[in-house]
Amino acid sequence: MMQHLNAGRLVTMAAAGLALMGGVALADPDPTAELVIEGELHLTTRAPSNPAITPNLPTLYSGWLFRDPTTREMQMDDFENPGLLAVEAGAAAWATPEGTGGQSCADCHGDPESMEGLRAVLPRVNEHGQLWSMENYINNCRTERMGAEALGWNSREMREMTALISFQSRGMPVNVAIDGPAAPFWEQGREMYYTRFGQLEMSCATCHEESAGQYIRSDHLSQGQINGFPTYRLKDQAIVGIHGRFVGCIRDTRAETFRAGSDEFRALELYVASRGNGLSVEGVSVRH
Amino acid sequence: MTDVRPRIRLPRSASAGDSITVKTLISHDMESGQRRNSNGDIIPRQIVNRFTCEYAGVLVIDMELHGAISANPYIEFEAVVPASGDFVFTWYDDNGEVYTATESFTVS
Amino acid sequence: MFTRRETIALGAGAAAAATLPLGAFAATVDEATAAFTGGAAVAEGGVTITAPEIAENGNTVPVSISAPGATEITLLAAGNPQAEVATFRFGPGAGAALVATRIRLGRTQDIIAIAKMADGSFTSARVEVKVTIGGCGG
Repeated sequence: MMQHLNAGRLVTMAAAGLALMGGVALADPDPTAELVIEGELHLTTRAPSNPAITPNLPTLYSGWLFRDPTTREMQMDDFENPGLLAVEAGAAAWATPEGTGGQSCADCHGDPESMEGLRAVLPRVNEHGQLWSMENYINNCRTERMGAEALGWNSREMREMTALISFQSRGMPVNVAIDGPAAPFWEQGREMYYTRFGQLEMSCATCHEESAGQYIRSDHLSQGQINGFPTYRLKDQAIVGIHGRFVGCIRDTRAETFRAGSDEFRALELYVASRGNGLSVEGVSVRH
Repeated sequence: MTDVRPRIRLPRSASAGDSITVKTLISHDMESGQRRNSNGDIIPRQIVNRFTCEYAGVLVIDMELHGAISANPYIEFEAVVPASGDFVFTWYDDNGEVYTATESFTVS
Repeated sequence: MFTRRETIALGAGAAAAATLPLGAFAATVDEATAAFTGGAAVAEGGVTITAPEIAENGNTVPVSISAPGATEITLLAAGNPQAEVATFRFGPGAGAALVATRIRLGRTQDIIAIAKMADGSFTSARVEVKVTIGGCGG
């Protein structure tokens, strides 16, 4: 019965299956591949682990290193990377007036480049003590300043806008604050990360910390970093956002999942982002 | 379909008579007609079913696409550029819409 | 003489037929090959398919096909609900009989490229692409 099959056995069975397939290395992340965009922009995909945040990870690795060479190549070329389509769509929306004010993002913020640095430090605690993700900031502008309707957290328009804004920080190190007012949210996120959910009783750590580098069925498990999000997922053939991915992961443990945009997922997002502090924001990455 | 965006990539330069690599991408869900919605009903097919490229009025490639082409169709091919001219790219949607893009190319 | 597919559609009534994609009955490899070649013999060789041995995800599999001297190429997926993937016709402006795209494969299967050469003959190549289920099945 599935309930009694703990995660450790699942991973080991998958590894045995892969070994039988032959010619597939049970590899750790690729040891030498370098992520260079368009032959010019070098992104940091390996970073030292901060023992205060990730005491159980010797080194931080971007999810890019765990993907196969064809997928990795897709991200190295801004034309081949279909995520750039979402960035362009976001740029068009940026310049489009909306809401009762008849203004666009550009009217207050100028060019999208003005958003440089934002992806790298979110989520963060705002002036009212609330932990806000990028989606909260976007919707706040829309409802409070533009007189426009809020975008659904996982809606296409929201994903395109977060793709545009994230892209502006590409190459900058992830640097979310976990101290001061952020500390209680970070603790909450950390507790969630190590809590086992669902019939399969798996926590984030089960796959992404204890088993990173191993295979679960045919998936090469990464560290579950979100420095590459929002990402173009080959499976979905679309941009996938952070909370969208959290929902998918927890649902896959056969649990009743938290909702995108919930307090819980924002706390988890802060914690998971901090586990990647030092890795480069990848703008819109390509993942399977 | 709203917001269908074509993207084209051509090399920066080429000499007259060279064969160049042309890369095209267009944002389109390519709904195959194989998927079902949450009610169990088939989601109707809506794909780009044809793509053509001409250079200086000469046909380069004419491609018939079926539902097994991934969303955001990526098509890469080779074109000869005997002289400077315009590339014209055309995508035909099942719903009758036609999307086009034009790119000039100058040979050195 | 009705084909089996037509008979089923008639028997099951309009509702069943309406669920099939507009204007295209699902073709098998044999049907698609016959439609492309007119029943002519198909040799092997002279066509190179570049595709991953294991697709990282079956929904977006990069594939390229090279068939020097070909005027047309058709790409088929033997294990998909419909075998036809794409057909490419090269015009006078083509620099080479070479094309790359990204395709959807529903499961581990052979993909087949059939090329029509300038002299009207046909040749082909076939490779297997493994499509796997990852993670917790999500």
